[in-house]
Amino acid sequence: MTNDEIRDFLQNAIDENKVMLFMKGTPDEPRCGFSMRTSGALNAMGVKYAAMDILPDPRIREELSALSGWPTIPQLFVDGKLVGGCDIVMEMYETGELAQALGVEQPEEQPAEAEMPQAPLGLENRLS
Amino acid sequence: MPSPEELKSRIEGAIPGATAMVEDLTGGGDHFRAEVVSDRFQGLTRIEQHQLVYDVFGPEIGGPIHALSIKTSTPGGT
Repeated sequence: MTNDEIRDFLQNAIDENKVMLFMKGTPDEPRCGFSMRTSGALNAMGVKYAAMDILPDPRIREELSALSGWPTIPQLFVDGKLVGGCDIVMEMYETGELAQALGVEQPEEQPAEAEMPQAPLGLENRLS
Repeated sequence: MPSPEELKSRIEGAIPGATAMVEDLTGGGDHFRAEVVSDRFQGLTRIEQHQLVYDVFGPEIGGPIHALSIKTSTPGGT
């Protein structure tokens, strides 16, 4: 796969999924605390989201950051727009802005790290 | 290895009027948390505010600075 193809693939994932999370690992097996907290917040929201593991190929992260202008992982996109990384998502979770952005009710409980994740769409497998 | 003091002075040097508090989260010199207060953030989205801070370090983020957790605010509030 060329870098251009990777970038097109990432752009498609962003365009085609209302809620798209790029992370290290998967919602079931996050490989970094920041990714874990971010997918945990989405799980607590009870929204369906697509998740892609950026670890299988270093070029995924390079192309994603080039596309988004955001240097770190995770990156959450809603309706094709970058919402932010872990800090911003957690801040928005606490203020209720995340629920608003996702069009859902603010849950009463704090995101539990052990919460059952939503079944992620199998995007991560298509790049490996 | 970058130190919290170095990150603090670089942020304050690059963003006009900024006050930064930087801590080393793990003691390993590669995971940091920065709280930055600046008038410069006024009217910007959170993304844009954080991007200003990330821009201070460019490609060092993800390199020697493995993680930089950011909280931004303006002197009057958030």
